[in-house]
Amino acid sequence: MKNKYSIFSLIKNAFSQHENWQQAWGNPEPKKEYEAVIVGGGGHGLATAYYLAKKHNMKNIAVLEKGWIGGGNTGRNTTIIRSNYLWDASAGLYDHALKIWENLSQELNYNIMFSQRGVMNLAHNLQDVRDLKRRTHANRLNGIDAVWLDTKQVKEFCPIINISQDIRYPVLGGTLQRRAGTARHDAVAWGYARGADAMGVDIIQNCEVKGIKRNGDQVEGLETTKGFIKSKKIGVVAAGHSSVIANMAGLKLPLESKPLQALVSEPVKPIIDTVVMSNAVHAYVSQSDKGELVIGAGTDAYISYTQRGSHDVVEGTLKAILELYPIFSRMKMLRQWGGIVDICPDASPIISKTNIKGLYFNCGWGTGGFKATPGSGDLFAHTIANDEPHKLNAAFNLNRFVSGDLVDEHGAAAVAH
Amino acid sequence: MFVINCPYCGERDQSEFSCGGEAHIVRPKQPTELSDDEWAEYLFMRKNIKGVQFERWNHAHGCRKWFNMVRDTSNDKIHAVYKMGEKPPVI
Repeated sequence: MKNKYSIFSLIKNAFSQHENWQQAWGNPEPKKEYEAVIVGGGGHGLATAYYLAKKHNMKNIAVLEKGWIGGGNTGRNTTIIRSNYLWDASAGLYDHALKIWENLSQELNYNIMFSQRGVMNLAHNLQDVRDLKRRTHANRLNGIDAVWLDTKQVKEFCPIINISQDIRYPVLGGTLQRRAGTARHDAVAWGYARGADAMGVDIIQNCEVKGIKRNGDQVEGLETTKGFIKSKKIGVVAAGHSSVIANMAGLKLPLESKPLQALVSEPVKPIIDTVVMSNAVHAYVSQSDKGELVIGAGTDAYISYTQRGSHDVVEGTLKAILELYPIFSRMKMLRQWGGIVDICPDASPIISKTNIKGLYFNCGWGTGGFKATPGSGDLFAHTIANDEPHKLNAAFNLNRFVSGDLVDEHGAAAVAH
Repeated sequence: MFVINCPYCGERDQSEFSCGGEAHIVRPKQPTELSDDEWAEYLFMRKNIKGVQFERWNHAHGCRKWFNMVRDTSNDKIHAVYKMGEKPPVI
């Protein structure tokens, strides 16, 4: 049984110099067989295991992670959470996640530092204005809070923005979702890992999948660096490496894996208390609780698994940031990194069964998977447990690339890719 | 970020080029005869290889010509560059 985190446990542990805190999750050796195995110990994978144990009463679950918990894209994203997507299917999916975020710290007894500081999306030309206004209307029809702000209101909401109409991409207005915001990205993975571990899920780190064993069209288990693990249900949540795992099972996915970069500045006093994103000039910025500006850049336009990214992409983003926020011109950037994102042709995810029985994929989140973490885990767990999608993820099946019923969210992805 | 040896212009920075994805996907000869599955395979399904991959590139900010390239996507090392229509090298 896990100790509950509270003010009392904090005081109690203070007396022992915080040296006796219980381990948040264990480090078990894999068993021979599991009822379900989740490949990928990021936020989405751990959430899937958590909800499989919690809502679907599965007792014997493993999460396999090639590296360590929180070391992949979970610890590499820019922590933005919002649900202002255009189409009904996406609105349902992302707002489901946002509703879970709102109570997640309490549910997990783990402070994920969820902060509804609002997300503002800027418009820089007349087409942006039309698209974003249309999106606010679509959002409101789906019960998602969204308002249109004119240039003056944008300036009032975020005073450091340069609203001069003489710049290359002037601010013509923007949309605001006040329920949107940020969360501490690692804490989400850690909280789900602790919660899943408490319900008996085996979290196995440093365990890489090397092959998928099939018997006809049914999966039998996984070859891993820690030996063969038998399971009739395998859920793959491997982000940028989804295609690599799919190829092991003889499957092809409609994905391309590309490096996406982010960077943080040196820490400064509070200067921006919201999240501002701009699709057209590809700049988005927020400020972490430590005081660093958290800046998201774009993807490289070619397939690569290098977790680096090109310098010219960062340069382009910083140029745009400096034009929009001249106040940052003397800021020094502290760190830059890349993560590998799996991009779908319609910029929407895949949470789906496959034509191999017992093999499920949750992938294609592209540049914006973090915001969906709790919802994605919940719906993927439902899909695995029932061998049927939930109505909220039914549209996000693999078959849409055959039927042509795509969920084209390139406009709402907030960054062009 | 890397340097690409354009078969027409020589060595240039990668930012001058745009990538056209997986190479040698043959356009269907009889589009009207294709099933939905075959269309999906042609339009959307990709190998997305981690390792040596054959791909198409375009010198968008240069000669604007298309060519093929063999590149290792796990470390961005370029193994070969060859013109459209030429036989892919054995790597």
